Amino acid sequence: MSATTSSTAAGETEQLRRTPLDAEHRALGATMTGFAGWSMPLRYTSDVAEHQAVRSAAGLFDLSHMGQIRVTGPDAGRGLDRALVGNISGLAVGRARYTMICAPDGGVVDDLVVYRTGDEEFLVVANASNATTVTAELQQRCSGATSESGAWVEAGAEARAAAVDEPAGPVDTTTALVAVQGPAAAAILTAVVVDADRDDVAGLRYYACTPARVAVDGGTVEALVARTGYTGEDGFELYCAADDAVALWRSLLAAGEPHGLVPAGLACRDSLRLEAGMPLYGNELDRTTTPYDAGVGRVVRLDKTDDDGSPLPFVGREALEARAHSEPARVLVGLEGLGRRAARHGYAVLAPRGATVGHVTSGAPSPTLGHPVALAYVTPEVSAPGTELAVDVRGRAEPVRVVPLPFYRRAT
Amino acid sequence: MSENVPDHLQYTAEHEWVDGSSPATVGITRHAADALGELVYVELPEVGTEVTAGSVCGELESTKSVSEIFAPVTGRVVETNQAVVEDPSLVNSDPYGAGWLLKVEITTPGALISAEEYAALVQA
Repeated sequence: MSATTSSTAAGETEQLRRTPLDAEHRALGATMTGFAGWSMPLRYTSDVAEHQAVRSAAGLFDLSHMGQIRVTGPDAGRGLDRALVGNISGLAVGRARYTMICAPDGGVVDDLVVYRTGDEEFLVVANASNATTVTAELQQRCSGATSESGAWVEAGAEARAAAVDEPAGPVDTTTALVAVQGPAAAAILTAVVVDADRDDVAGLRYYACTPARVAVDGGTVEALVARTGYTGEDGFELYCAADDAVALWRSLLAAGEPHGLVPAGLACRDSLRLEAGMPLYGNELDRTTTPYDAGVGRVVRLDKTDDDGSPLPFVGREALEARAHSEPARVLVGLEGLGRRAARHGYAVLAPRGATVGHVTSGAPSPTLGHPVALAYVTPEVSAPGTELAVDVRGRAEPVRVVPLPFYRRAT
Repeated sequence: MSENVPDHLQYTAEHEWVDGSSPATVGITRHAADALGELVYVELPEVGTEVTAGSVCGELESTKSVSEIFAPVTGRVVETNQAVVEDPSLVNSDPYGAGWLLKVEITTPGALISAEEYAALVQA
Protein backbone atom coordinates (compact mmCIF):
# COMPACT_ATOMS: atom_id res chain seq x y z
CA MET A 1 0.00 0.00 0.00
CA SER A 2 1.36 3.42 -0.80
CA ALA A 3 -0.33 6.78 -0.80
CA THR A 4 -0.53 8.29 -4.27
CA THR A 5 -2.14 11.53 -3.18
CA SER A 6 -2.14 13.04 0.22
CA SER A 7 -2.34 16.50 1.66
CA THR A 8 -0.39 15.46 4.71
CA ALA A 9 3.02 14.77 3.26
CA ALA A 10 4.45 18.28 3.57
CA GLY A 11 6.54 19.43 6.44
CA GLU A 12 7.60 16.10 7.91
CA THR A 13 11.21 17.06 8.33
CA GLU A 14 11.27 20.82 8.72
CA GLN A 15 10.95 22.44 12.12
CA LEU A 16 7.22 22.97 12.55
CA ARG A 17 5.70 25.86 14.47
CA ARG A 18 3.30 25.05 17.28
CA THR A 19 0.06 26.81 18.09
CA PRO A 20 -0.84 27.76 21.69
CA LEU A 21 -3.17 24.71 21.70
CA ASP A 22 -0.52 22.18 20.70
CA ALA A 23 -0.50 20.35 24.06
CA GLU A 24 -4.32 20.24 24.09
CA HIS A 25 -4.37 18.49 20.71
CA ARG A 26 -1.79 15.94 21.78
CA ALA A 27 -3.65 15.27 25.06
CA LEU A 28 -6.82 14.66 23.02
CA GLY A 29 -4.93 12.07 20.95
CA ALA A 30 -4.94 14.03 17.70
CA THR A 31 -3.06 12.83 14.65
CA MET A 32 -0.83 15.82 13.93
CA THR A 33 0.30 16.86 10.48
CA GLY A 34 2.59 19.45 8.95
CA PHE A 35 0.58 22.18 7.25
CA ALA A 36 2.08 25.42 5.87
CA GLY A 37 4.96 25.13 8.32
CA TRP A 38 2.75 24.48 11.35
CA SER A 39 2.07 21.32 13.31
CA MET A 40 -1.72 21.03 13.19
CA PRO A 41 -4.36 18.46 14.18
CA LEU A 42 -5.41 16.47 11.10
CA ARG A 43 -8.08 14.55 12.99
CA TYR A 44 -8.82 13.50 16.57
CA THR A 45 -10.81 10.34 15.90
CA SER A 46 -12.40 10.01 12.45
CA ASP A 47 -12.56 12.54 9.60
CA VAL A 48 -16.08 11.46 8.75
CA ALA A 49 -17.39 11.58 12.33
CA GLU A 50 -15.93 15.08 12.80
CA HIS A 51 -17.42 16.19 9.49
CA GLN A 52 -20.84 14.88 10.46
CA ALA A 53 -20.63 16.46 13.94
CA VAL A 54 -20.15 19.89 12.32
CA ARG A 55 -23.14 19.31 10.03
CA SER A 56 -25.44 18.01 12.79
CA ALA A 57 -24.14 19.56 16.06
CA ALA A 58 -20.82 21.43 16.28
CA GLY A 59 -17.06 21.17 15.86
CA LEU A 60 -14.24 23.07 17.57
CA PHE A 61 -11.27 24.02 15.37
CA ASP A 62 -7.83 25.45 16.16
CA LEU A 63 -7.03 27.91 13.38
CA SER A 64 -4.20 29.71 15.15
CA HIS A 65 -1.94 29.08 12.17
CA MET A 66 -3.91 31.61 10.11
CA GLY A 67 -2.08 34.91 9.64
CA GLN A 68 -3.53 37.72 11.73
CA ILE A 69 -2.36 41.12 10.51
CA ARG A 70 -3.45 44.34 12.18
CA VAL A 71 -3.64 47.48 10.04
CA THR A 72 -4.11 50.70 12.01
CA GLY A 73 -3.92 54.44 11.55
CA PRO A 74 -5.96 57.31 10.10
CA ASP A 75 -5.28 56.09 6.56
CA ALA A 76 -5.77 52.37 7.25
CA GLY A 77 -9.06 52.06 5.34
CA ARG A 78 -7.78 53.95 2.31
CA GLY A 79 -4.53 52.00 2.42
CA LEU A 80 -6.46 48.73 2.27
CA ASP A 81 -8.60 50.11 -0.58
CA ARG A 82 -5.39 50.53 -2.58
CA ALA A 83 -3.92 47.20 -1.47
CA LEU A 84 -6.95 44.92 -1.91
CA VAL A 85 -9.61 44.45 -4.61
CA GLY A 86 -12.53 45.25 -2.28
CA ASN A 87 -14.04 48.45 -0.91
CA ILE A 88 -12.62 48.31 2.60
CA SER A 89 -12.96 51.91 3.77
CA GLY A 90 -16.71 51.54 3.24
CA LEU A 91 -16.91 48.75 5.81
CA ALA A 92 -18.75 49.71 9.02
CA VAL A 93 -17.07 49.13 12.38
CA GLY A 94 -18.03 45.62 13.55
CA ARG A 95 -18.44 44.20 10.05
CA ALA A 96 -16.30 41.81 8.03
CA ARG A 97 -15.68 41.27 4.32
CA TYR A 98 -14.36 38.41 2.19
CA THR A 99 -11.84 39.91 -0.23
CA MET A 100 -8.61 39.23 -2.12
CA ILE A 101 -5.16 40.67 -2.58
CA CYS A 102 -4.04 40.50 -6.20
CA ALA A 103 -0.76 40.94 -8.06
CA PRO A 104 -0.45 43.73 -10.67
CA ASP A 105 -1.37 41.15 -13.37
CA GLY A 106 -4.63 40.34 -11.56
CA GLY A 107 -3.48 36.95 -10.20
CA VAL A 108 -4.64 36.12 -6.68
CA VAL A 109 -1.93 36.53 -4.01
CA ASP A 110 -4.34 35.39 -1.28
CA ASP A 111 -7.98 35.38 -0.29
CA LEU A 112 -8.66 37.22 2.96
CA VAL A 113 -11.27 38.13 5.52
CA VAL A 114 -10.98 41.73 6.73
CA TYR A 115 -12.68 42.81 9.96
CA ARG A 116 -13.14 46.48 10.85
CA THR A 117 -12.53 46.50 14.59
CA GLY A 118 -12.44 50.31 14.99
CA ASP A 119 -12.54 53.56 13.03
CA GLU A 120 -8.82 53.32 12.38
CA GLU A 121 -8.26 49.61 13.01
CA PHE A 122 -8.63 46.54 10.80
CA LEU A 123 -7.80 42.86 11.27
CA VAL A 124 -6.73 41.12 8.06
CA VAL A 125 -6.78 37.31 8.21
CA ALA A 126 -4.61 35.51 5.65
CA ASN A 127 -3.96 31.86 4.83
CA ALA A 128 -1.06 30.44 6.84
CA SER A 129 0.91 29.63 3.70
CA ASN A 130 0.64 33.24 2.51
CA ALA A 131 0.86 35.14 5.81
CA THR A 132 4.46 36.31 5.32
CA THR A 133 3.81 37.44 1.75
CA VAL A 134 0.57 39.23 2.62
CA THR A 135 2.18 41.00 5.59
CA ALA A 136 5.03 42.25 3.41
CA GLU A 137 2.68 43.34 0.62
CA LEU A 138 0.42 45.20 3.03
CA GLN A 139 3.38 46.91 4.67
CA GLN A 140 4.48 48.12 1.28
CA ARG A 141 1.09 48.85 -0.26
CA CYS A 142 -0.61 50.47 2.76
CA SER A 143 2.28 52.43 4.20
CA GLY A 144 4.22 53.34 1.11
CA ALA A 145 1.98 55.87 -0.56
CA THR A 146 0.59 57.53 2.52
CA SER A 147 1.35 60.65 4.48
CA GLU A 148 2.99 60.63 7.89
CA SER A 149 -0.43 59.92 9.40
CA GLY A 150 -0.63 56.75 7.28
CA ALA A 151 -1.33 53.13 8.05
CA TRP A 152 0.65 50.82 10.31
CA VAL A 153 0.79 47.13 9.63
CA GLU A 154 1.72 44.63 12.30
CA ALA A 155 1.34 40.89 12.35
CA GLY A 156 0.39 38.43 15.06
CA ALA A 157 0.96 34.96 13.71
CA GLU A 158 3.69 36.34 11.47
CA ALA A 159 5.54 38.07 14.26
CA ARG A 160 8.84 36.61 13.09
CA ALA A 161 8.48 37.81 9.55
CA ALA A 162 7.30 41.25 10.54
CA ALA A 163 9.73 41.49 13.47
CA VAL A 164 7.10 43.45 15.38
CA ASP A 165 7.04 41.43 18.56
CA GLU A 166 9.25 38.38 18.78
CA PRO A 167 7.32 35.80 20.80
CA ALA A 168 9.06 34.09 23.69
CA GLY A 169 8.46 30.61 25.07
CA PRO A 170 7.32 27.39 23.50
CA VAL A 171 4.58 28.82 21.33
CA ASP A 172 5.26 30.31 17.93
CA THR A 173 2.61 32.99 17.72
CA THR A 174 1.22 35.80 19.87
CA THR A 175 -2.33 35.32 18.64
CA ALA A 176 -4.80 32.46 18.53
CA LEU A 177 -7.97 31.66 16.63
CA VAL A 178 -10.54 29.02 17.48
CA ALA A 179 -13.75 28.37 15.55
CA VAL A 180 -17.02 26.88 16.75
CA GLN A 181 -18.96 25.72 13.69
CA GLY A 182 -22.27 23.93 13.34
CA PRO A 183 -25.98 24.33 14.05
CA ALA A 184 -25.35 24.20 17.84
CA ALA A 185 -22.62 26.89 17.69
CA ALA A 186 -24.84 29.78 18.78
CA ALA A 187 -26.25 27.87 21.76
CA ILE A 188 -22.74 26.85 22.85
CA LEU A 189 -21.23 30.29 22.49
CA THR A 190 -24.03 32.15 24.26
CA ALA A 191 -23.64 29.69 27.15
CA VAL A 192 -20.03 30.74 27.75
CA VAL A 193 -20.19 34.47 26.99
CA VAL A 194 -20.60 36.68 30.10
CA ASP A 195 -24.12 38.02 30.76
CA ALA A 196 -23.31 41.58 29.70
CA ASP A 197 -22.13 40.48 26.22
CA ARG A 198 -24.65 37.69 25.57
CA ASP A 199 -27.17 39.72 23.59
CA ASP A 200 -24.44 41.19 21.38
CA VAL A 201 -23.17 37.72 20.51
CA ALA A 202 -26.60 36.13 20.09
CA GLY A 203 -27.69 38.94 17.76
CA LEU A 204 -24.47 38.99 15.73
CA ARG A 205 -25.19 38.95 11.99
CA TYR A 206 -23.32 36.87 9.43
CA TYR A 207 -19.99 38.57 8.65
CA ALA A 208 -20.23 40.80 11.73
CA CYS A 209 -17.93 40.89 14.78
CA THR A 210 -17.95 42.18 18.35
CA PRO A 211 -15.55 42.12 21.28
CA ALA A 212 -16.86 39.80 24.02
CA ARG A 213 -15.72 38.28 27.29
CA VAL A 214 -15.91 34.51 27.61
CA ALA A 215 -16.17 32.81 30.99
CA VAL A 216 -13.32 30.38 31.57
CA ASP A 217 -11.99 28.44 34.52
CA GLY A 218 -10.84 31.09 36.99
CA GLY A 219 -12.14 34.20 35.22
CA THR A 220 -12.85 35.57 31.78
CA VAL A 221 -10.89 36.07 28.58
CA GLU A 222 -11.33 38.81 25.97
CA ALA A 223 -12.00 37.71 22.41
CA LEU A 224 -13.09 39.22 19.13
CA VAL A 225 -16.13 37.10 18.26
CA ALA A 226 -17.06 36.96 14.57
CA ARG A 227 -19.93 35.17 12.84
CA THR A 228 -17.76 33.82 10.07
CA GLY A 229 -16.50 30.41 9.00
CA TYR A 230 -15.41 28.04 6.29
CA THR A 231 -17.72 25.07 6.71
CA GLY A 232 -21.08 26.03 5.20
CA GLU A 233 -22.68 25.99 8.66
CA ASP A 234 -23.61 28.73 11.09
CA GLY A 235 -20.67 29.39 13.34
CA PHE A 236 -18.27 31.73 15.06
CA GLU A 237 -14.56 32.47 14.99
CA LEU A 238 -12.92 33.74 18.18
CA TYR A 239 -9.69 35.72 17.98
CA CYS A 240 -7.75 35.97 21.24
CA ALA A 241 -4.27 36.34 22.71
CA ALA A 242 -2.10 33.22 22.63
CA ASP A 243 -1.94 33.20 26.44
CA ASP A 244 -5.74 32.92 26.68
CA ALA A 245 -6.19 30.21 24.07
CA VAL A 246 -6.03 27.13 26.29
CA ALA A 247 -8.61 28.49 28.77
CA LEU A 248 -10.92 29.51 25.93
CA TRP A 249 -10.56 26.15 24.16
CA ARG A 250 -11.31 24.18 27.33
CA SER A 251 -14.32 26.35 28.17
CA LEU A 252 -15.82 25.86 24.70
CA LEU A 253 -15.10 22.12 24.72
CA ALA A 254 -16.82 21.70 28.11
CA ALA A 255 -19.82 23.88 27.23
CA GLY A 256 -20.18 22.18 23.86
CA GLU A 257 -20.06 18.60 25.00
CA PRO A 258 -23.76 18.36 25.99
CA HIS A 259 -24.59 19.77 22.54
CA GLY A 260 -22.54 17.13 20.70
CA LEU A 261 -19.53 19.36 19.97
CA VAL A 262 -16.29 17.52 19.16
CA PRO A 263 -12.79 18.82 18.42
CA ALA A 264 -12.40 18.82 14.65
CA GLY A 265 -9.24 18.63 12.54
CA LEU A 266 -8.02 19.99 9.22
CA ALA A 267 -9.17 16.88 7.32
CA CYS A 268 -12.84 17.59 7.94
CA ARG A 269 -12.30 21.33 7.51
CA ASP A 270 -11.30 20.56 3.92
CA SER A 271 -14.22 18.23 3.18
CA LEU A 272 -16.66 20.71 4.78
CA ARG A 273 -15.46 23.67 2.72
CA LEU A 274 -15.47 21.54 -0.44
CA GLU A 275 -19.12 20.55 0.06
CA ALA A 276 -19.89 24.24 0.65
CA GLY A 277 -18.16 25.08 -2.67
CA MET A 278 -15.66 27.41 -1.01
CA PRO A 279 -12.32 27.92 -2.79
CA LEU A 280 -9.04 26.94 -1.11
CA TYR A 281 -5.87 28.86 -1.85
CA GLY A 282 -3.39 26.57 -3.61
CA ASN A 283 -6.22 24.53 -5.14
CA GLU A 284 -8.84 26.80 -6.71
CA LEU A 285 -6.89 30.04 -6.22
CA ASP A 286 -3.30 30.91 -7.05
CA ARG A 287 -1.15 33.52 -8.78
CA THR A 288 -2.24 32.29 -12.22
CA THR A 289 -5.94 32.66 -11.36
CA THR A 290 -7.98 35.86 -11.24
CA PRO A 291 -11.02 36.25 -8.98
CA TYR A 292 -13.16 36.12 -12.14
CA ASP A 293 -11.79 32.70 -13.12
CA ALA A 294 -12.73 31.37 -9.68
CA GLY A 295 -16.31 32.63 -9.99
CA VAL A 296 -15.84 35.27 -7.29
CA GLY A 297 -15.49 38.33 -9.51
CA ARG A 298 -18.01 40.01 -7.21
CA VAL A 299 -15.19 40.71 -4.72
CA VAL A 300 -13.47 42.99 -7.27
CA ARG A 301 -14.91 46.47 -6.81
CA LEU A 302 -14.07 48.31 -10.01
CA ASP A 303 -16.65 50.91 -8.92
CA LYS A 304 -14.73 52.07 -5.85
CA THR A 305 -13.80 55.73 -6.03
CA ASP A 306 -11.43 58.22 -4.48
CA ASP A 307 -12.69 61.12 -2.35
CA ASP A 308 -13.10 63.23 -5.51
CA GLY A 309 -15.19 60.54 -7.23
CA SER A 310 -12.53 59.36 -9.68
CA PRO A 311 -11.83 55.61 -10.01
CA LEU A 312 -9.65 54.53 -7.10
CA PRO A 313 -6.40 52.93 -8.18
CA PHE A 314 -5.65 49.57 -6.55
CA VAL A 315 -3.04 46.93 -7.28
CA GLY A 316 -4.23 44.79 -10.19
CA ARG A 317 -6.95 47.20 -11.30
CA GLU A 318 -5.99 47.54 -14.98
CA ALA A 319 -5.56 43.80 -15.52
CA LEU A 320 -8.77 42.97 -13.69
CA GLU A 321 -10.74 45.62 -15.59
CA ALA A 322 -9.64 44.03 -18.89
CA ARG A 323 -10.44 40.57 -17.54
CA ALA A 324 -13.91 41.65 -16.40
CA HIS A 325 -14.86 42.51 -19.96
CA SER A 326 -13.38 39.51 -21.78
CA GLU A 327 -14.58 35.94 -22.27
CA PRO A 328 -13.10 33.55 -19.70
CA ALA A 329 -10.70 30.87 -20.93
CA ARG A 330 -11.85 28.54 -18.15
CA VAL A 331 -14.64 28.34 -15.61
CA LEU A 332 -14.70 26.85 -12.10
CA VAL A 333 -17.47 24.25 -11.90
CA GLY A 334 -18.80 21.65 -9.51
CA LEU A 335 -18.64 18.00 -10.59
CA GLU A 336 -20.81 15.30 -9.08
CA GLY A 337 -19.30 11.84 -9.35
CA LEU A 338 -21.67 9.21 -10.75
CA GLY A 339 -19.41 6.33 -9.71
CA ARG A 340 -17.75 5.69 -6.37
CA ARG A 341 -14.14 6.63 -7.08
CA ALA A 342 -13.37 10.25 -6.25
CA ALA A 343 -11.60 12.68 -8.55
CA ARG A 344 -8.59 14.31 -6.87
CA HIS A 345 -6.51 17.46 -7.25
CA GLY A 346 -4.68 17.50 -10.59
CA TYR A 347 -6.71 14.83 -12.40
CA ALA A 348 -7.73 15.56 -16.01
CA VAL A 349 -11.37 16.29 -16.90
CA LEU A 350 -12.36 14.59 -20.15
CA ALA A 351 -15.02 15.29 -22.77
CA PRO A 352 -17.11 12.29 -23.93
CA ARG A 353 -14.67 11.67 -26.82
CA GLY A 354 -11.74 11.67 -24.44
CA ALA A 355 -10.24 15.12 -25.10
CA THR A 356 -8.95 16.92 -21.99
CA VAL A 357 -11.22 19.88 -21.23
CA GLY A 358 -9.94 20.84 -17.79
CA HIS A 359 -8.41 19.83 -14.48
CA VAL A 360 -9.72 18.97 -11.03
CA THR A 361 -8.61 21.38 -8.29
CA SER A 362 -10.19 19.61 -5.27
CA GLY A 363 -12.09 16.38 -4.90
CA ALA A 364 -13.24 13.93 -2.25
CA PRO A 365 -16.01 11.52 -1.38
CA SER A 366 -18.68 13.78 0.17
CA PRO A 367 -19.61 12.48 3.62
CA THR A 368 -22.89 14.42 3.61
CA LEU A 369 -24.03 13.57 0.08
CA GLY A 370 -22.67 10.03 -0.11
CA HIS A 371 -21.07 10.41 -3.54
CA PRO A 372 -17.83 11.96 -4.82
CA VAL A 373 -17.71 15.71 -5.48
CA ALA A 374 -15.02 17.84 -7.11
CA LEU A 375 -14.21 21.38 -8.13
CA ALA A 376 -12.59 21.75 -11.55
CA TYR A 377 -11.56 24.37 -14.08
CA VAL A 378 -13.05 23.49 -17.47
CA THR A 379 -13.44 25.24 -20.82
CA PRO A 380 -16.62 27.38 -21.01
CA GLU A 381 -18.40 25.20 -23.61
CA VAL A 382 -18.59 22.25 -21.19
CA SER A 383 -19.40 24.30 -18.06
CA ALA A 384 -23.21 24.27 -18.14
CA PRO A 385 -24.93 22.34 -15.32
CA GLY A 386 -26.07 18.96 -16.57
CA THR A 387 -23.11 18.48 -18.93
CA GLU A 388 -21.86 14.89 -18.75
CA LEU A 389 -18.07 14.58 -18.57
CA ALA A 390 -15.53 12.15 -17.14
CA VAL A 391 -12.47 12.38 -14.93
CA ASP A 392 -9.35 10.29 -15.49
CA VAL A 393 -9.08 8.62 -12.08
CA ARG A 394 -5.72 6.83 -12.24
CA GLY A 395 -6.21 5.52 -15.75
CA ARG A 396 -9.93 4.85 -15.73
CA ALA A 397 -12.54 7.36 -16.95
CA GLU A 398 -15.10 7.87 -14.16
CA PRO A 399 -18.37 9.57 -15.20
CA VAL A 400 -19.21 12.96 -13.67
CA ARG A 401 -21.88 15.60 -14.22
CA VAL A 402 -21.54 19.39 -13.96
CA VAL A 403 -23.76 20.62 -11.12
CA PRO A 404 -24.44 24.09 -9.67
CA LEU A 405 -22.41 25.16 -6.63
CA PRO A 406 -22.49 24.76 -3.70
CA PHE A 407 -22.87 20.98 -3.46
CA TYR A 408 -24.31 21.43 0.03
CA ARG A 409 -26.38 24.31 1.38
CA ARG A 410 -27.66 24.21 4.94
CA ALA A 411 -31.38 24.44 5.58
CA THR A 412 -32.26 27.93 6.82
CA MET B 1 5.48 -7.23 19.15
CA SER B 2 2.13 -5.66 20.05
CA GLU B 3 -1.48 -5.54 18.99
CA ASN B 4 -0.41 -2.93 16.42
CA VAL B 5 2.06 -5.33 14.74
CA PRO B 6 1.00 -8.91 15.55
CA ASP B 7 3.93 -11.34 15.78
CA HIS B 8 2.30 -14.16 13.85
CA LEU B 9 1.96 -12.20 10.60
CA GLN B 10 4.41 -11.29 7.84
CA TYR B 11 4.52 -7.83 6.30
CA THR B 12 5.55 -5.76 3.30
CA ALA B 13 7.25 -2.37 3.33
CA GLU B 14 4.06 -1.10 1.64
CA HIS B 15 2.09 -1.90 4.83
CA GLU B 16 0.26 -5.08 3.83
CA TRP B 17 0.14 -8.15 6.07
CA VAL B 18 -0.12 -11.85 5.14
CA ASP B 19 -0.90 -14.72 7.48
CA GLY B 20 0.56 -18.22 7.24
CA SER B 21 -2.63 -20.08 6.33
CA SER B 22 -3.49 -21.62 2.96
CA PRO B 23 -5.02 -19.85 1.16
CA ALA B 24 -3.30 -16.86 2.77
CA THR B 25 -5.29 -13.94 4.12
CA VAL B 26 -4.10 -10.44 3.17
CA GLY B 27 -4.87 -7.06 4.73
CA ILE B 28 -3.33 -3.70 5.57
CA THR B 29 -1.65 -2.83 8.85
CA ARG B 30 -2.98 -0.75 11.71
CA HIS B 31 -0.29 1.82 10.95
CA ALA B 32 -1.56 2.14 7.36
CA ALA B 33 -5.21 2.26 8.37
CA ASP B 34 -4.49 5.02 10.90
CA ALA B 35 -2.44 7.00 8.39
CA LEU B 36 -5.18 6.83 5.75
CA GLY B 37 -7.97 7.97 8.03
CA GLU B 38 -11.47 6.61 7.87
CA LEU B 39 -11.93 4.64 4.68
CA VAL B 40 -15.00 5.31 2.57
CA TYR B 41 -14.29 3.13 -0.47
CA VAL B 42 -12.47 -0.13 -1.04
CA GLU B 43 -11.83 -1.65 -4.46
CA LEU B 44 -10.70 -5.28 -4.53
CA PRO B 45 -9.77 -7.56 -7.46
CA GLU B 46 -12.28 -10.09 -8.82
CA VAL B 47 -12.15 -13.62 -7.46
CA GLY B 48 -10.03 -15.65 -9.90
CA THR B 49 -7.65 -12.78 -10.68
CA GLU B 50 -3.97 -13.73 -10.86
CA VAL B 51 -2.04 -11.19 -8.78
CA THR B 52 1.72 -10.61 -8.83
CA ALA B 53 3.75 -9.70 -5.77
CA GLY B 54 4.53 -5.98 -5.80
CA SER B 55 1.88 -5.03 -8.35
CA VAL B 56 -1.28 -3.03 -7.73
CA CYS B 57 -4.38 -5.12 -7.05
CA GLY B 58 -6.85 -2.67 -5.57
CA GLU B 59 -7.31 0.66 -3.88
CA LEU B 60 -8.38 2.23 -0.61
CA GLU B 61 -9.91 5.67 -0.42
CA SER B 62 -10.53 7.96 2.54
CA THR B 63 -11.89 11.50 2.53
CA LYS B 64 -8.33 12.83 2.48
CA SER B 65 -6.36 10.40 0.38
CA VAL B 66 -6.30 7.40 -1.87
CA SER B 67 -3.85 4.51 -1.72
CA GLU B 68 -3.15 1.52 -3.87
CA ILE B 69 -3.10 -2.01 -2.50
CA PHE B 70 -0.01 -3.92 -3.62
CA ALA B 71 -0.25 -7.70 -3.76
CA PRO B 72 2.22 -9.01 -1.17
CA VAL B 73 2.38 -12.43 -2.84
CA THR B 74 1.93 -13.99 -6.28
CA GLY B 75 -1.06 -16.27 -6.78
CA ARG B 76 -4.78 -16.48 -7.49
CA VAL B 77 -7.44 -14.57 -5.57
CA VAL B 78 -9.90 -17.14 -4.20
CA GLU B 79 -12.02 -14.90 -1.98
CA THR B 80 -12.53 -11.17 -1.31
CA ASN B 81 -14.05 -9.63 1.80
CA GLN B 82 -17.40 -8.25 0.69
CA ALA B 83 -18.05 -6.97 4.22
CA VAL B 84 -15.30 -4.32 3.83
CA VAL B 85 -16.63 -3.35 0.39
CA GLU B 86 -20.00 -2.73 2.07
CA ASP B 87 -18.49 -1.10 5.16
CA PRO B 88 -14.92 0.12 4.54
CA SER B 89 -14.61 1.41 8.12
CA LEU B 90 -14.05 -2.22 9.18
CA VAL B 91 -10.50 -1.80 7.90
CA ASN B 92 -10.00 1.03 10.41
CA SER B 93 -11.69 -0.66 13.33
CA ASP B 94 -10.24 -4.16 12.92
CA PRO B 95 -7.45 -4.26 10.30
CA TYR B 96 -6.16 -7.70 11.39
CA GLY B 97 -9.59 -9.27 11.85
CA ALA B 98 -12.92 -8.32 10.24
CA GLY B 99 -11.07 -5.80 8.04
CA TRP B 100 -9.12 -8.40 6.02
CA LEU B 101 -9.12 -7.83 2.25
CA LEU B 102 -8.23 -10.92 0.17
CA LYS B 103 -7.53 -14.64 0.32
CA VAL B 104 -4.83 -15.75 -2.12
CA GLU B 105 -3.68 -19.21 -3.20
CA ILE B 106 0.04 -18.53 -3.20
CA THR B 107 2.22 -19.77 -6.07
CA THR B 108 5.26 -17.62 -5.14
CA PRO B 109 5.68 -15.73 -1.89
CA GLY B 110 6.87 -12.14 -2.25
CA ALA B 111 9.62 -10.34 -0.36
CA LEU B 112 8.05 -10.36 3.09
CA ILE B 113 9.47 -9.03 6.35
CA SER B 114 8.97 -10.11 9.95
CA ALA B 115 6.87 -8.33 12.57
CA GLU B 116 10.06 -7.09 14.19
CA GLU B 117 11.38 -5.66 10.91
CA TYR B 118 8.05 -4.04 10.10
CA ALA B 119 7.75 -2.50 13.56
CA ALA B 120 11.25 -1.03 13.15
CA LEU B 121 10.29 0.31 9.73
CA VAL B 122 7.22 2.22 10.89
CA GLN B 123 8.98 3.49 13.98
CA ALA B 124 11.63 5.22 11.92
